[in-house]
Amino acid sequence: MTIEIENLSISFGDRQVVKGVTFQVAQGTSFGIVGESGSGKSTVLRAMAGLNTDWSGRIAFSGEAAPLKRPPAFFRKVQMVFQDPYGSLHPRQTIDRILSELPLVHGMKDIDSRIAKVLSAVALPQSARFRFPHQLSGGQRQRVAIARALIADPQVLLLDEPTSALDVSVQAEILNLLADLRVERNLTYVMVSHNLSVIAHLCSHVGVMIDGHMVEQVTAEDLRLGQVEHPHTRELRSLSVELEEPA
Amino acid sequence: MLVDIQNLHIGFESRTGFTPAVKGVSLTLGTEKLGIVGESGSGKSLTARALMKLLPKQTRISADALTFDGIDIMSASEREMRQIRGKRAGFILQDPKYSLNPVKTIGSQVAEAWRTHKGGSKRQAAEAAVMLLEQVKIRDPKKVAASYPHQVSGGMGQRVMIAMMLAPDPELLIADEPTSALDATVQAEILRLIEELVSERGMGLLLISHDLPLVSHFCDRVAVMYAGRVMEEVKASELLSAQHPYTRGLLNCMPSLLHPKDRLPVLTRDPEWLK
Repeated sequence: MTIEIENLSISFGDRQVVKGVTFQVAQGTSFGIVGESGSGKSTVLRAMAGLNTDWSGRIAFSGEAAPLKRPPAFFRKVQMVFQDPYGSLHPRQTIDRILSELPLVHGMKDIDSRIAKVLSAVALPQSARFRFPHQLSGGQRQRVAIARALIADPQVLLLDEPTSALDVSVQAEILNLLADLRVERNLTYVMVSHNLSVIAHLCSHVGVMIDGHMVEQVTAEDLRLGQVEHPHTRELRSLSVELEEPA
Repeated sequence: MLVDIQNLHIGFESRTGFTPAVKGVSLTLGTEKLGIVGESGSGKSLTARALMKLLPKQTRISADALTFDGIDIMSASEREMRQIRGKRAGFILQDPKYSLNPVKTIGSQVAEAWRTHKGGSKRQAAEAAVMLLEQVKIRDPKKVAASYPHQVSGGMGQRVMIAMMLAPDPELLIADEPTSALDATVQAEILRLIEELVSERGMGLLLISHDLPLVSHFCDRVAVMYAGRVMEEVKASELLSAQHPYTRGLLNCMPSLLHPKDRLPVLTRDPEWLK
């Protein structure tokens, strides 16, 4: 599914937080958005997911402009994974109940087999199905969050800092899982992160945001080679490179 | 020796039995910068909290030695501990959002910290607060002193926390993930500030973090912890070329901007490490 964002602007009250952002994502690829807190990167993602209805501009999936109020069918195609696996799963619901929510709402029939399939897709044991979130580790919880997003066989995943609450060892597992799922299911990703190395690992194209503007769009390759123009991109890159080099 | 920890064990007593969390950690710290790195659950924060006697009631703790500047922490009374906490050893926590009082101005909170340990009039304390805020390189200290915590950014909040900790001139600074809630650009600034203040004042620093590259840049020595044990202790400058398979595993599974990998290696945990 191709994604087109044109001149997207979002305000909270009098304050404009996203100021005319434009980018395209080709079918089956990943687009990354980096920026500091307050740059508006998550706000863009939330508007795409239909969680914010107060925006102007154009958001289109497969060439079809998304309306302000999304129809139920939209959420079968586009799903979102949030940052904090501790906060995004209902603490009093079993994994089975959490994963059943969307198929129940959409009146799907084969809920049981769907859950079994999606659990194995994210490499969780079937025994995790009747556990509660607090009985799982952080990495397992993020796998549940990804499973929940995948249960309706979507075509687009919107990832909001999917690994920043996790240890690097667990982060590697989740990033590998996301890379595999994209190939297997021909998914299109838009990922938001403040970590440049994580974005460059998963995404072929990167947009840099500062103060509501997307100031530069580069390929991951150019980012690696340092062929970037905007001073903010340079700053983020040099900070990331500095840490990789031995002191 | 400022801090001496020998064979420290910490565990939790519960309805269902006993869970050990720290299993025989030994560390020493003088006026230098020691980093503790490890994954969540490795016991790094518990070790630091044990040093300040800040563990919950159901904790069972034992050690051959647990001293701060020669004072035995294990047998110290609550009253003696209050003379150490804040005054001789400052504690900086992860998120300034939860560590500052939301209904008091920043200036009054810094002034309170100063006055508790140094005495003096309210007016002197207010002046000292502005001076302290200036020392942590806040550009308009007067304005910040008059603001409430929600009116300042995360980086500014963390500077305020540092200013409060510096008020009584402590000998030791314990920083538990001081920058993990902050942006990369701010992170570097805050760590440079901590580093500068620590060297300037000749303090000891215990920096706890899960970020190996970061620690290797800002510390002298690093202890790598895994499952309640210290796996290895290395010079910080040699951390990125460390030999222990656990440390290597952690370093390898990080995505790199300069050296892209198609697939990230996953850490395989060897039961041998725990023997």
